[in-house]
Amino acid sequence: MINKVVKDAETAIADIKDGVILMVGGFGLCGIPENSIAALLKKNIKKLTCISNNAGVDDFGLGLLLKSKQIKKMISSYVGENEEFERQLLAGELEVELIPQGTLAERIRAGGAGIPAFYTPAGYGTEVAEGKEVREFEGKMYLMEQWLRADFSIVKAWKGDTSGNLIYKGTARNFNPMMAAAGKITIAEVEELVPAGELDPNNIHTPGIYVTRIFEGKNYEKRIEQRTITAN
Amino acid sequence: MALDKFGIAKRIAQEVKDGFYVNLGIGIPTLVANYIPSTINVVLQSENGLLGIGPFPHEQDVDPDLINAGKQTITMLPGSALFNSAESFGMIRSGKIHLTILGAMEVSENGDIANWKVPGKMVKGMGGAMDLVASAKNIIVAMQHKSKAGESKLLKQCSLPITGLHCVKKIVTDLAVLDVLPGGGFKLLERAPGVSVEEIKDSTEGKLIIDSDTIPEMTL
Repeated sequence: MINKVVKDAETAIADIKDGVILMVGGFGLCGIPENSIAALLKKNIKKLTCISNNAGVDDFGLGLLLKSKQIKKMISSYVGENEEFERQLLAGELEVELIPQGTLAERIRAGGAGIPAFYTPAGYGTEVAEGKEVREFEGKMYLMEQWLRADFSIVKAWKGDTSGNLIYKGTARNFNPMMAAAGKITIAEVEELVPAGELDPNNIHTPGIYVTRIFEGKNYEKRIEQRTITAN
Repeated sequence: MALDKFGIAKRIAQEVKDGFYVNLGIGIPTLVANYIPSTINVVLQSENGLLGIGPFPHEQDVDPDLINAGKQTITMLPGSALFNSAESFGMIRSGKIHLTILGAMEVSENGDIANWKVPGKMVKGMGGAMDLVASAKNIIVAMQHKSKAGESKLLKQCSLPITGLHCVKKIVTDLAVLDVLPGGGFKLLERAPGVSVEEIKDSTEGKLIIDSDTIPEMTL
């Protein structure tokens, strides 16, 4: 088997340069590659275009890279919960492209599946449709949307093996599998890295072919945005 | 008496039928889950990748890897399924979700909805709203009938940027239950307890259709 293991986040991101297009997995703060974000922060890589459903919060997730002004452009579906984001946007320091969430997910999926474009009804008749081809199928109107691909995709999984196969947990799966497939180079960080052969092939979510490098992350904080509880 | 948000959620819960797969938006729609009778079987979808949303967890069961689309910690019910975001919107787009309940800032008499952007204010994004309204078979909107400034939010035409065209089928407000007719117009079905037809007329800018002498009060 091809061994894809690198020792840590710093090694995994060593060839990421200023100005690249990055896909970063996660929904809110759930399923984000915490170790890799910390390494990008430490290395101070700048002028990043980040494709990620959200932009983190002020002091965690991609919010850390926003605060240090390493992000030039965000491509997301929802960017609330972040005051620094708002400040930079209003000051003209940050570009943002907002995309309907299902369209974002499918554009990334298309990128990983080798499909340059597809039609979706989301956004027809809205400002999202501006400049896009519109076509009618069976009496309903659709917009043409194009694939998204990245120089680097950074994803987070629960378990992974030395061949790069990944298993996600709970709703931390979200955008990670499509992003893993849509990166020219894909970096996977996992909570538990095991030798090839230990994961049941029936249960693999992301086949190792999509993963270029894998490492076991440490000290996962897994911050919760809205801790909602049922009283005991 | 106009309904509070709990009253609106309670009334909407009556529209949820046995066997439905339902997507609940953030805000009042999330509250609807609390009023779905235990006598019917309903599966709630969270667009971040779960079918079978359960109640909020007990303190000792909180799992940061298990959240709903509002980023709240949740649990899974027996029979739940997990999947990725592309698959999640696939089931939305292909019409497998029977009912979508979401909030709105404005609805027009031909069923257009505006709920994602206010010009001049910080734009946070549409999230999954545009995908949901473009594809759902049945959309019920939970909203206040009027703005805080007293302006009607049930309009001839939306003034805010549109989220989707011709998609809203039913509206439950603090004052009334109304159907949006396929040919246009808000058909008044029910009044909130103690709210008069006159008050609903005065609060509705778009075409209001009243085809009965007696509009019943909601039963909550």
